[in-house]
Amino acid sequence: MASTSERDLTRRNVLRLALAGAAAAGWARPAGAAAKVATKARIVIAGAGAAGLATASRLSQRLDGAQITIIDARRAHFYQPGFTLVAAGLKPKSYAIGATRDYVAPGATLVEDRVVAFHPESNVVVTAGGQRFGYDFLIVATGLQLDYAAIEGMDTRLIGVDGIGSVYGGPDAAEATWRELARFIERGGVGLFHRPDTEMKCAGAPLKYAFIADDRLRRADRRGKAELIYAAQNKALFSVPIVSEKVRMLFEERQIRTTHDHVMTAIDPGRRIATFRTPQGRTEIGYDFVNIVPPMRAPDPVRFSPLAWQSGIFAADGWMEVDPATLRHRRFPNVFGIGDVAGVPKGKTAASVKWQVPVAVDHLVASLQGSVSEAAYNGYTSCPLITRIGRAMLVEFDYDNNLTPSFPGVIAPLEELWVSWVMKGIALKPTYLAMLRGQA
Amino acid sequence: MQQIDPMVFVAVFQEMLGLAFWPLAGFILLMVVAVVLTVVREGRISPRRLVYAQGIGAFGGVLAVWAMLWFTSSRATDLLGGPIDWLLTLAIAAAGVIGGAMIVYVALSFAPASARRGPAR
Repeated sequence: MASTSERDLTRRNVLRLALAGAAAAGWARPAGAAAKVATKARIVIAGAGAAGLATASRLSQRLDGAQITIIDARRAHFYQPGFTLVAAGLKPKSYAIGATRDYVAPGATLVEDRVVAFHPESNVVVTAGGQRFGYDFLIVATGLQLDYAAIEGMDTRLIGVDGIGSVYGGPDAAEATWRELARFIERGGVGLFHRPDTEMKCAGAPLKYAFIADDRLRRADRRGKAELIYAAQNKALFSVPIVSEKVRMLFEERQIRTTHDHVMTAIDPGRRIATFRTPQGRTEIGYDFVNIVPPMRAPDPVRFSPLAWQSGIFAADGWMEVDPATLRHRRFPNVFGIGDVAGVPKGKTAASVKWQVPVAVDHLVASLQGSVSEAAYNGYTSCPLITRIGRAMLVEFDYDNNLTPSFPGVIAPLEELWVSWVMKGIALKPTYLAMLRGQA
Repeated sequence: MQQIDPMVFVAVFQEMLGLAFWPLAGFILLMVVAVVLTVVREGRISPRRLVYAQGIGAFGGVLAVWAMLWFTSSRATDLLGGPIDWLLTLAIAAAGVIGGAMIVYVALSFAPASARRGPAR
């Protein structure tokens, strides 16, 4: 990271700023340009999301002769950071949908199947189609599962019906959520927002959607007809205290009522009532619109495999037991966990993937060479926290809750700025796609 | 952020602009070369044409900011978030003015001599 003295407004920072459109959220980092390493290693990558595809690209750039197999059954690739914009009514769902095959690195083989069992003791994975793949190195990049069933009465078929939305559910769900929000804006009533008490991807997204709902209501001159409630799962609004406090101030200013220690356990779509677990017992909140954010866990094949944490805070939901700095499995050194599935304190965002992939790849390549890599991931992640359409706060932080602004002294992380919104709106997706190709 | 690599920006802008990237890059380069050739050929910068070019180019600045607002679903009031937003707006406008002025300057150099001299006095 930059030292304090480097954080002044220097010519370098001005240059960075001039190029900021593409460098949004600290995403600019050169592709590895080292000479290729000759190897016959078999490398299996489970999952072709952001982490899997970016890893395949980086590995194919670094290795010559490796057999890289990437396994994922889903043919569509989802640009998940775009879901919020779809659910805000700003982008069509096609904005968030691509084709996995278009981003598979040259030299890597895509197998359209799904890993259902990991056997790290014997270095084998098994797919739903019954195929077995042996490996010398395994990259687990399966993402996570959205556990809608953990909310009693909830079903993904309810998304887009009777005031129920869920931005996280995919492009269709995000679009359906916008339709429900638009209806809510017309009718008014109670808009309910919350988040689960599990680890989750992009923890800023539930907050963003509350801000967007508020902004949409104001633009339609309907804010007075609606009451907005944000039910936080604990006593904070965001895991980084300084950001949490800023959001508290903004919620107060926007008259978004906050209630704490509320974990959604059930929903009654007929009566439009959500039930929450609180320290005082069960409590109910009626809604006219709700953005359901389901509990998130590691996918079952990981969760119920030896790869999962066996104890500690990440064990219950089966996150992968990896070293937070290297992403290497703590018990199976030829296995790495990258992206959402990794059992690390933070880092379930595409920006995290951007920084995790080069580190894990460097360690893998070093292992092939019989050397040791010094590369380390510090937990960097980034959240362009939309506070209204047209403004966002570019919040970047690390494992230790330190703010790590890419443009210190230029783009203030806790200010609602247009420049941060511009990055989110036009620069992040191309940067993300370049990342998939190993070019950013 | 660690280091800046120009190729990262090329890759990102290629993703951003898709098939339009190289034609656009070629057009910008062509305009720069055309301005330089025009000035070299004439041995001077025509003050009158420069004034026209800047005047009409100003519309390019307005157009650039308007296009950016449109592309980003923003409103004019969003530009007032902080000093960096004002700077970004100025940079976008400046790019529009310079680009517009270059196009107009080159175009006027191809115009008939009477047009190049401007309106009859």
